[in-house]
Amino acid sequence: MKILVCISKSPDTTSKIGFTDNNTKFDVAGIQYIINPYDEWYALVKGIELKEANGGSVTTITVGTAADEPTIRKALAIGADEAVRIDAEATDAYFVAMQISEYAKDKAFDLILLGKETISYNGAQVGGMVAELLDTPYVSLASKLELNGTTASITREAKGGDELVEGNLPLVISAAKGMAEQRIPNMRGIMAARSKPLNVVAAVAVDALTSTVNFEMPAPKSGVKMIDPNNMDELVALLHNEEKVI
Amino acid sequence: MSVLVYIDSINGVAKNAQEAVFYGSKIAAEHGMETIVVTAGNSDNDTLSALGQYGAKKVIAHNNIELDSQQLTKLVTDVAKENNSSVVIFSQDLTGKAVAPRVAIRLEAGFVSGAIALPSNDFTVKVNAFSGKAYCNMKINSATRVISVSPNSLQPEAGEGTAEVQAESCDLGASRIIVKNKVEQTGEIALPEAELVVSAGRGLKGPENWGIVEDLAKALGAATACSRPVGDAGWRPHHEHVGQTGVAIRPNLYIAAGISGAIQHLAGVNQSKVIVVINTDPEAPFFKAADYGIVGDAFEVLPRLTAAVKAANL
Ligand SMILES: Cc1cc2nc3c(=O)[nH]c(=O)nc-3n(C[C@H](O)[C@H](O)[C@H](O)COP(=O)(O)OP(=O)(O)OC[C@H]3O[C@@H](n4cnc5c(N)ncnc54)[C@H](O)[C@@H]3O)c2cc1C
Repeated sequence: MKILVCISKSPDTTSKIGFTDNNTKFDVAGIQYIINPYDEWYALVKGIELKEANGGSVTTITVGTAADEPTIRKALAIGADEAVRIDAEATDAYFVAMQISEYAKDKAFDLILLGKETISYNGAQVGGMVAELLDTPYVSLASKLELNGTTASITREAKGGDELVEGNLPLVISAAKGMAEQRIPNMRGIMAARSKPLNVVAAVAVDALTSTVNFEMPAPKSGVKMIDPNNMDELVALLHNEEKVI
Repeated sequence: MSVLVYIDSINGVAKNAQEAVFYGSKIAAEHGMETIVVTAGNSDNDTLSALGQYGAKKVIAHNNIELDSQQLTKLVTDVAKENNSSVVIFSQDLTGKAVAPRVAIRLEAGFVSGAIALPSNDFTVKVNAFSGKAYCNMKINSATRVISVSPNSLQPEAGEGTAEVQAESCDLGASRIIVKNKVEQTGEIALPEAELVVSAGRGLKGPENWGIVEDLAKALGAATACSRPVGDAGWRPHHEHVGQTGVAIRPNLYIAAGISGAIQHLAGVNQSKVIVVINTDPEAPFFKAADYGIVGDAFEVLPRLTAAVKAANL
């Protein structure tokens, strides 16, 4: 069982966000990066669980620069066997998906797992793109995955509730809550991660199809209006007449 | 040249699908193109023809509710090629998330997902960034462009008109993902697309107390949501959990009772247009992100609010 898990970084949610160069660049000063939680808690841990149950290997892949290596080492500390870093700035989802599929296309992975989206852009693009580039079925928003030989039974989010689907490996699957439980790396894992292979691979030449023009901050809230807890008629009137939301 | 919009039409056309059609027809009008809708589902011709109100000229309908993402990709890309579509629009719903990235690859199109406003004339599209703490304007640089629209980002305006409905039954190949137990779509409002949401947290003390949350939701016609500890404890189903690790939503109204307003929670709800917070603690951080605040006990305030909503007879 060969498993590939796509790992990307995200600024920690508690980070204060700012921009430079006339709001065209994200200000990385003081930003604490974490592994995107959907990649880490759900996709990576699920990959490790499947390996523990069925044997095989878990490889992580990250499109990023040397600055991303601490997050990659953390994935190794949690239990991945080896890591691959495609040496390039991740410019857009298309660029990332092209790099991942280029790496994966002749390596016969049984499963490619990744988080359902990143918490920074909530784009949900890379999984479907990789699946298309590899001509593989894609099951998105999976909360449960069981393997029976080469058949996967997957619970995924559907309109109105969860549904059970089946497909044959190889598959690309995006993971949501429920797939696995977060694992905190222990001392042994952290020590072992130092000697696990982290292979740096040159990027293939691809032009991104989108570009960032600039960033904007939302208009600040005008402040909270307090309502007397005994006067819910006032709140209903405000929501109806002023806000026009009900 | 045309703008092509893909929507689901299973048991009718949902509001987020109308939004996608309206969004597509606004772009078509700006660039002097026609709007064509391609859809898979089981809805009747009158329902589909009514999409003319949102600017659709023609609706190409595939009568099938079990297509997987590869079959849908073939459907959309074939129709896009036949109609010389230079822009393809999806709703950023479950189908959009599964299919739009594939379509973008097959059409060699730049793709922006989760648009929250109409694009500028040069196809610069505004999206949320950094857990809703900022916006990013992204430009699509390719000749063919794919955009998925975040539900609840614009209010579709119904005008006059009916669309011509054309049945399509081309061979889309075999499904490689088989649905074993299909969930019946109920009348319940799906949280990711809901316009009104009533949410509650650990302040409600236990699952047995959710009746007062559901009563308010029912009175408003709202969906229900919860904070992460509530989902983790199994008090509520996990798909109701909103926030950084759950669902990100952007309803018109978000009512939060007994939720402290931790930053990871706010990450999923701070794009709501109006936020109402009910909390016993006047220092609860959520009040800083709220438009209306009520310092009070949810066990008293929620039933009072429900009664006021009913009495207003909106
Ligand atoms: C990496 C990470 C990711 C996370 N992701 C998420 C996420 O996606 N979503 C999420 O929600 N959380 C998330 N969390 C957890 C988050 O930090 C908070 O712990 C959580 O949101 C708190 O939930 P709560 O507000 O329901 O509970 P509490 O923090 O316990 O707050 C309960 C609130 O209820 C009030 N209260 C008590 N009794 C009453 C009453 N009778 N009437 C009215 N008010 C009352 C209290 O004053 C208090 O403010 C995450 C945390 C981490 C570290």
